Amino acid sequence: MSTPKTLYDKIWNDHLVSENEDGTSIIYIDRHLVHEVTSPQAFEGLKIANRSVRKPNFTLATADHNIPTTNRDEGISDPESKLQVDTLEENCKEHGITFLSMSDKRQGIVHIIGPEQGFTQPGMTIVCGDSHTSTHGAFGALAWGIGTSEVEHVLATQTLVQTKAKNMQINIQGELPLGVTAKDIVLKIIQTIGTAGGTGYVIEYTGDAIKSLTMEGRMTVCNMSIEAGARAGLISPDEKTIEYLKGRPFSPAENEYQSASDYWLSLASDEGAAYDKTVNIDASDIIPQVTWGTSPEDVVSIDGLVPNPDDESDETKKKSMIRALEYMGLVPNTPLKEVKVDKVFIGSCTNGRIEDLRAASKIAKDRKVADHVNAIIVPGSGLVKQQAEEEGLDKIFIESGFEWREPGCSMCLAMNADKLKPQERCASTSNRNFEGRQGRGGRTHLMSPAMAAAAAINGKLSDSREI
Amino acid sequence: MEKFKKIESNAIPLPMVNVDTDMIIPKQFLKTIKRTGLGKNLFYELRYDEKDAPIDSFVLNQDKYKDSQILITGKNFGCGSSREHAPWSILDYGIKCIIASSFADIFYNNCFKNGILPIKLDEAEVTKLQKAAENSLSFTIDLENQKISYFDKNINHEVSFELDKAKKTSLLEGLDDIGLTLAKVNHISDFENKQKSRTPWLYSQQIK
Repeated sequence: MSTPKTLYDKIWNDHLVSENEDGTSIIYIDRHLVHEVTSPQAFEGLKIANRSVRKPNFTLATADHNIPTTNRDEGISDPESKLQVDTLEENCKEHGITFLSMSDKRQGIVHIIGPEQGFTQPGMTIVCGDSHTSTHGAFGALAWGIGTSEVEHVLATQTLVQTKAKNMQINIQGELPLGVTAKDIVLKIIQTIGTAGGTGYVIEYTGDAIKSLTMEGRMTVCNMSIEAGARAGLISPDEKTIEYLKGRPFSPAENEYQSASDYWLSLASDEGAAYDKTVNIDASDIIPQVTWGTSPEDVVSIDGLVPNPDDESDETKKKSMIRALEYMGLVPNTPLKEVKVDKVFIGSCTNGRIEDLRAASKIAKDRKVADHVNAIIVPGSGLVKQQAEEEGLDKIFIESGFEWREPGCSMCLAMNADKLKPQERCASTSNRNFEGRQGRGGRTHLMSPAMAAAAAINGKLSDSREI
Repeated sequence: MEKFKKIESNAIPLPMVNVDTDMIIPKQFLKTIKRTGLGKNLFYELRYDEKDAPIDSFVLNQDKYKDSQILITGKNFGCGSSREHAPWSILDYGIKCIIASSFADIFYNNCFKNGILPIKLDEAEVTKLQKAAENSLSFTIDLENQKISYFDKNINHEVSFELDKAKKTSLLEGLDDIGLTLAKVNHISDFENKQKSRTPWLYSQQIK
């Protein structure tokens, strides 16, 4: 009998083109997502070397980072952003790559539209010049973010030269308490293993609490694998995965669906497969989580206090805590629930899907956004927006005082006009609370959509379960 | 890519942990469609105040580090986004070697694509080198022999470092990765044929 293999081992083996003499491997890339920020220099590189795109029809492009979320019909006013988006469109035209433009209702954040279109499928290798490509691992696809040189490499060869990572298992046992979400799970994981805890590993998330998540929830968990240092996160495909992908535009056709599904299910890690590291977390211990600092590992439970650097024995950590607290304008030992917010951002590739908007709308319904708070909802794609509108969620939000925007990355990284002013404090469903991430001097607290909606209503960080 | 040559230079000490790529090069500079010209905005928010004036206390604004080609920093350097603008801005500034106790994975990989050498050493060693860098000592980075050396109080210190063989060769020879892979294009075609018969739906449901 052969050695038991993990899900990662199986996908790796199925994509091995050849092994180089130096120990690296050439790995075939099934699908490539492209956006405007990390691709222009790659296309330029192709041109200079007189190379072509090997598989234009395995490649899908859209503009998401730079585009406005208001007044779309006026186009992009920032000339640099416009040039970048226009350059992508021209490059796609030249190389025969499908480009979903700002006016296409399927346009959205690459990591939202991939799964939505059935472009993302189990067992695939998927890359994109964006670190949150790990999102697609929710389908049991080996998906990771790459730099622009590698974007060029994939365009030219449909492969990448890789060294195999190690296997890590993060097992979330037991049942998640009511009102606790996928975002709380992943924040808890990052707090537990740290932002470098997953470096050099591919993480497979297992356990009952993971199995019980919807596909949307699984995407939220895999999305933030990169914040835990891992390039890729994986969840075994199951009946939910098969059901989700049925009938989507790029999903396998009906006559091939059964054989595809059989293959997908065969990818699950074998019993007895060896992981280089295993971390166990009990789901029943998790309560809603928020970040207090400027690293995604700076996580506390909502009923906790702002930590005190005096309690930290490690000098380097203590210094970075002091710096973070100063940047965040927080005093040690303050209860989190007393921290006032100025802005609320619900959206991003982490939490911009329909389920996220539904969760936020439940909190918003028949309540008002606090007077001093500016709250925006940015759906992850045109189709998410359309579905939300069909369900009447837009009306709930607008009546509560939220702004209802057009899809894109928006205030997750503030490359467009949506950004924080210095010292403004934001309850955000995005993935990074780095200094300046949402605007120079801006202060970000990461949390789930329900928690962000609760912060909007109460005007301060709040436990969504108490609303 | 240019071949990596021996470096002799003083080094910039930046004893911060978890320096992320937003810190290295903030998003307003990602709108470029070029690889060059980013060096002046390296560490922008640490380096300039809100009126674009240099912040004197920041290490890159100190004269003695003006022409340094080496950066010595803290653990998990380059975490966050995959933007290759981060190594581009570092290289454009003139830094060709980064020393830290650990690097984020994508950033680490991006360095090699741009001829930058990232060196991993244990934390105690990095702290020692940072102290030496503060005294503005000159360091030699010898990739061929995988050695860092510097003189301190008339004593020659040597520190060895580990590096994956393939990455070392790629830097020393300035290899064209794409060209190397394209030389094996037959393997790629063979793989595609094999995959097409094993998982045909990947080929029948292409994007139109």
